[in-house]
Amino acid sequence: MMLLLIVIIPLLGAGFFGVFGHRQWAFSANIAFSAGTFLAACAMTVRVLHGGPILAFHQQFFIDPLNVFLVDLTAFVALTTSVFSRAYMRIEGHTGRLNPARLRVYHAMYQLFIFTMLLALTTNNIGVLWIAMEGATLSTALLVSLYRTPASLEAAWKYFILCGVGIALALFGTIMVYFAAHGVLGAYRALLWTHLDGVKDRLDPAIMTIAFVFLIVGYGTKVGLVPMHNWLPDAHAEGPTPISAVLSGLLLNVALYAIVRFKVLASGDTGAHWPGALMMGFGLASVLVAAFSLARQRDVKRLFSYSSIEHMGLATFAFGMGGPLATFAALLHMTVHSLTKSSVFFTSGHVAQKAGTQDMDRITGVMDRNPAMGWTLMLGSLAILGIPPFGIFASEFLILTAALRQDPWSVPFLILGLGVAFAAIFRKTQAMVFGATEIPRAPSPPSVFPSVLHLALVFGLGLYIPHALAVWYTEAARLAGP
Amino acid sequence: MPSFTSVINLFAALFLLVAFAMLSQRRLANLINLYAWQGAILSLGIATTAYGTGNTHLYASAALNGILKILVVPILLRRLVRRLDVQWDRESLVRIPTTMLIGLALVIFAFNASLPIAGLAHTVNHETVGIALASVLLSLLMMILRTTALSQVIGFLALENGLIFAATSVTYGMPMVIEFGIALDVIVGVFILGVFFFHIREQFDSLDLNRIEGRED
Amino acid sequence: MTLDLVVRQALQTLFVIAAAPLLTGWIRQCRAWLGNRTGAGILQPVRELRKLFRKEPVVASEASALFVATPYILFAAMVLAGAIVPMVATRMPLAAAADAVALAGLFALTRVFAALAAMDLGTAFASMGARRTMLVGFLAEPALLMVLFTPALISGSTSLIVIVRHLAGHGFVLYPSMAFAAAAYLMVTLAENARLPVDNPETHLELTMIHEALNLEYSGRYLALIEWGAGMKLLVYIGIGVALFLPWGITQSHGLAALPGAFALFAVKLAAAGAGLAVIETLLAKLRLFRVPEFLGTAFLLAVLGLLVRYLLGS
Repeated sequence: MMLLLIVIIPLLGAGFFGVFGHRQWAFSANIAFSAGTFLAACAMTVRVLHGGPILAFHQQFFIDPLNVFLVDLTAFVALTTSVFSRAYMRIEGHTGRLNPARLRVYHAMYQLFIFTMLLALTTNNIGVLWIAMEGATLSTALLVSLYRTPASLEAAWKYFILCGVGIALALFGTIMVYFAAHGVLGAYRALLWTHLDGVKDRLDPAIMTIAFVFLIVGYGTKVGLVPMHNWLPDAHAEGPTPISAVLSGLLLNVALYAIVRFKVLASGDTGAHWPGALMMGFGLASVLVAAFSLARQRDVKRLFSYSSIEHMGLATFAFGMGGPLATFAALLHMTVHSLTKSSVFFTSGHVAQKAGTQDMDRITGVMDRNPAMGWTLMLGSLAILGIPPFGIFASEFLILTAALRQDPWSVPFLILGLGVAFAAIFRKTQAMVFGATEIPRAPSPPSVFPSVLHLALVFGLGLYIPHALAVWYTEAARLAGP
Repeated sequence: MPSFTSVINLFAALFLLVAFAMLSQRRLANLINLYAWQGAILSLGIATTAYGTGNTHLYASAALNGILKILVVPILLRRLVRRLDVQWDRESLVRIPTTMLIGLALVIFAFNASLPIAGLAHTVNHETVGIALASVLLSLLMMILRTTALSQVIGFLALENGLIFAATSVTYGMPMVIEFGIALDVIVGVFILGVFFFHIREQFDSLDLNRIEGRED
Repeated sequence: MTLDLVVRQALQTLFVIAAAPLLTGWIRQCRAWLGNRTGAGILQPVRELRKLFRKEPVVASEASALFVATPYILFAAMVLAGAIVPMVATRMPLAAAADAVALAGLFALTRVFAALAAMDLGTAFASMGARRTMLVGFLAEPALLMVLFTPALISGSTSLIVIVRHLAGHGFVLYPSMAFAAAAYLMVTLAENARLPVDNPETHLELTMIHEALNLEYSGRYLALIEWGAGMKLLVYIGIGVALFLPWGITQSHGLAALPGAFALFAVKLAAAGAGLAVIETLLAKLRLFRVPEFLGTAFLLAVLGLLVRYLLGS
């Protein structure tokens, strides 16, 4: 029942904020709901640590090593983002970009989004997974256009239509999987992943091929894989910063999680290679295209959203390679990227808020004005670029090692992509952080704490992976990377 | 061949025909009518399948689809059209005969791609999966070629029709819970889009997406 | 036995020749009724033909032999088409030649002659009409062929007799593909016979006319032959449509006993088709000329869809 609580709390929160979301104390209530979710997730984690995987509620929900850490990560990032959003959105409210009605939409949709994410992660039913992913699009579409500026409306429209089409293709893929399993499992169990996993060698390969192609294109749209990535930079840049953080930190992860689940099914018992190869292709394309697009960006949030495409491409590539090492690395990469990227979005959001613009050419001297913010931005950028000893260095290093061993041809491309991305981001942030400014020093904003906390965690993960986490990763890698 | 199969096939063929008609239709009111027709054909097709196979849960699915797609969504869309006061789509990017030819190519592709699926399905109406896939692709094409927000949305809804049709033809539909979930998503989606249109209108005085995208970046 | 066949053949051919003006008259009469007019009666075209035959034909001095020969060629071609299409019976000596593709070729031939004759004098309107006719024909022909292929696929032959036998022999079966083909065929028929919405047979409006422009230089018996041929062309098109989509009632027996019934049934079908045509023409407005490609493109599309549906569903 602990499991259901994880899903119920944010749903209640959404309903609650539908009524009270415009009040001043809604910010704190938002933190409270997110904290409740996080606590439920922690309690559930403890139970899983002791009791092993859980199936609950007529097998409709389940927790296994692959999704348990993602649930924790999601609940955690949701919590820290709500802390950040309290400071950030208040300032937005003062500057007049938000009125009470919009604030209510914001809070209700925020909790609804968290609900869909957790539902997608914990459900055992691939149909419900689809519904939850569609729900995620619906709940965030209005958030992206929260400011109602022309640019944000365009971004939200693009987001809605592209992801809508993507998700429709994923539905077709889901139908195909159901069709393949229908004859083997019967109508009731043919949508339950645990059962599907049990008979994956008996699913017809021809249908699974078609199904997986549709699924990877469909859910891949949400991951932001090239060439379906067009919506991502716009949606990240134009929405409120907390939304950029959760889109990058959570939505992309969960969509990738869905692909990985289906990859397990499509590979079958024999470990067919083509689903992996498909993922590697999409991943590599994303890394390269995103890396080369980075240099052309002028908007700070667009810059980091292209970096998200790059990192998700890298994780997709690693999952595609398969094998224990690469999958372990991919899982680690998802975790550290999620933490680091949300941290970077927090800081850059504040920086842009203070500067009154997202144009990087007009943001200078952050370090002078506010050392705390300057340092977190600088360290966050370094972390996202994979500088040791941050966690991303560890995961990228592992991915490259696995690639060297399994698919050496890909290593030059990966290194090229990472190198180009490094140059682009470093040049841009360096100019923002240092450089002269006439604007006087500003006091440190109260919400540097979430960014610092994330960075500290990433730093820690770079040096030492706790035993429990390592066990999970290994278990999950065994599950996800045949 | 049982006789109801040929009725289902007729519905399938009409379904495809409506998909083509939507591709060529520029008047929004007609487009919405066509969408309602497509919903009616879909619902009747499902009901026929239910009758032919004795699958009672398909009746529920037929009723759900019927209510949603003949009544609820078209009414919502018509109200939107009236309140937004938009009548015509702009001339589409590609001339209509060209569009039709592209559509034909897509149909041929879909028919070929669906052959392995149809061969493996054991449902009485398994051959219609090709038509379902074809109409999915046609709706996608419509979304790509249209420049007005509302017609893109109708394309999106037609896409969903095609998917339901596909589900019916390969597996006699998804479990009821899932179908309800999908229906819920559709309704919520239409509502959110409705809200959205007004925002877009407020900002641009137009639902023409070219004007939105022509904006300086 | 042989006499049997010859009688049947002769009767059908005479029927086509005789019924063509009546069909034209019937359609006009229906349109008049639908327009709340009294109409001139279904014999009016017969009177017009008689008048034209009595008048002295005037031929331009520059006209070549082709110009004079064309009306006869058109008329003869239509008589031939009327003779070979199985309208009332399948057992006829010439019906063996009733191949769908050959028929399409025959129609193309008449169109080429009509266009050449129109351009012969080099007058502006006639040349314009010729170009427009060729445009319509160019677009309608592929659609017509595609329409013919659907029943051909079902019955396994392009011979109209085999198609009729196959379709009429199986009782009523619902073929979705045939529904598509029938819709496309209707559109092609409207275009090929210069009916609304492609051309208005009742006006001589310079900017829009197609068929009338072709005949501007003809007079007297030449014009009569052309108009008569046009009437037969429409009848033959309806006859082909009946054979393809409503083949029930076409007699396949040896004796002559079934013949009166078959003729009566065919006459009823003709009358119904004529009335339907009148309704369509009353409801539709003429398309602008540059919309015609869209119209015929749709017909082509429908026909191809019919074919594809036939392939996919086998029905």
